[in-house]
Amino acid sequence: MATLRFDGGEIPCTGDTTVLDALLEAEQPVAFSCKTGMCLTCLLQATEGSVPEKSQKGVKDTLTAQGYFLPCVCIPEEDLELASPNDADLFSRAVVTGKEMLSPNICRIVMEPATPLYYRAGQFLNLRRDDGLMRSYSLASVPHLDRQLEFHIKRLPRGKMSNWICDELATGDSLDIQGPNGPCFYLPDRKQGNMLLIGNGSGLAPLIGIARDALHTGHAGDIHLYHGSRHVTGTYLHGELLELESEFVNFHYAPCLSRDEPPAGYRAGRAEVTAIADFPDLKDWRVYLCGYPPMVKSARQKSYLAGAAMGDIYADPFDLRDLRTEPRKEE
Amino acid sequence: MTDSLFDKLGGEPAVDVAVDIFYRKVLSDESISHFFDDTDMDEQRAKQKSFLTMVFGGPHEYTGKDMREAHAPLVEKGLDDSHFDAVAGHLQATLDELGVPEDIAGEVMTIAASTRDDVLNR
Ligand code: HEM
Repeated sequence: MATLRFDGGEIPCTGDTTVLDALLEAEQPVAFSCKTGMCLTCLLQATEGSVPEKSQKGVKDTLTAQGYFLPCVCIPEEDLELASPNDADLFSRAVVTGKEMLSPNICRIVMEPATPLYYRAGQFLNLRRDDGLMRSYSLASVPHLDRQLEFHIKRLPRGKMSNWICDELATGDSLDIQGPNGPCFYLPDRKQGNMLLIGNGSGLAPLIGIARDALHTGHAGDIHLYHGSRHVTGTYLHGELLELESEFVNFHYAPCLSRDEPPAGYRAGRAEVTAIADFPDLKDWRVYLCGYPPMVKSARQKSYLAGAAMGDIYADPFDLRDLRTEPRKEE
Repeated sequence: MTDSLFDKLGGEPAVDVAVDIFYRKVLSDESISHFFDDTDMDEQRAKQKSFLTMVFGGPHEYTGKDMREAHAPLVEKGLDDSHFDAVAGHLQATLDELGVPEDIAGEVMTIAASTRDDVLNR
């Protein structure tokens, strides 16, 4: 058993309980979201005691050096003294410089960070509203091509943040940003290799970033992008992607519709099913999967069975927490 | 000095090659894939590496009790002899695909068979 010291109190953490669960059980007001070590919402600082290496996976080294770790995947091996994150360590400001609806449910926002942000296309940031509400959104921009940060926000049925962004956020408003986070980005070491990018909904955002990053840095292998949507209106970058296809001979775009009858140029069926049917042998390919978690899970398994090495599959299952029926503790 | 079974099979690099062959077979077999259908595929694959290291006679610290505990939740979900036989079949097929000589493959299959009662919690 380990003892957690937090905010003046002592909290026991027994057996396989994670630090996050122990804190929540003790009714501490800590923020969290995915609970799988992905989103970085629950970051805390261990000011005394050391945490298992696994709980610092995906955390920037400047932060791990200060004891930052992910409580949701930390089963402590010794007593820990915990501190809430220091805002200045994690957050900076960014101002909204552009906003437009790309489809009835997807909104593009463009932001200018107060201090330049070093990131890789495909990574995600956490956006925080002034009342503390925070959600993860993938970057659609590419650092060496776009001056500003771009996000595609999909309106979710009960999504507090997404509805607020779509309906109320305005040009000139500021938000806190934290990041960049996530391992889903282009790696320039295998220029000849083929890449398969599969996304649905706004999972397209990181993928278009990754594709443009690769194409503009001279990737020579083929890049196949499959975007899945139920309806034609959901293929919200159709024009831009067709243009990219005519600009680069090694870029191939396949919009896939799982509900609507496909018009000319579209494919019928789900993106991941269509993609793997087209490319049943993915040996030596790199595969990027972004979007709705069940799609990502199924596509991951299919890609692996089609011969992709596990280490060559980069998955970013979107954490659609707003769809949960359970109310969040801290809201 | 004679090589151990694990050395004869090629040690850890052999496990690395075998695990993808084996895990793909298991995931493609609908009679057992649901046991392995974890959200965290990396972790599942790592566990299958432990499985192969063990039956390849490699270094491990699993006891019979550990085997019982690791598979107890699966037994609760209905794990029985038919599933065990299916896994053993995929193990044999993996060894065949790797071209492991029959006598060495036989040793591997003997280790696997010896764990049946623990795996099935009997
Ligand atoms: C042939 C004899 C078998 C041996 C020697 C064996 C060995 C192992 C080992 C060493 C582990 C890793 C345990 C850990 O580190 O937590 C493991 C896990 C696992 N085994 Fe087996 N196994 C056998 C049969 C089976 C069978 C028949 C099934 C199901 C059809 C099965 C399904 C699993 C699963 C799903 C896990 C992962 C459990 C988890 O997620 O914690 N195994 N096995």
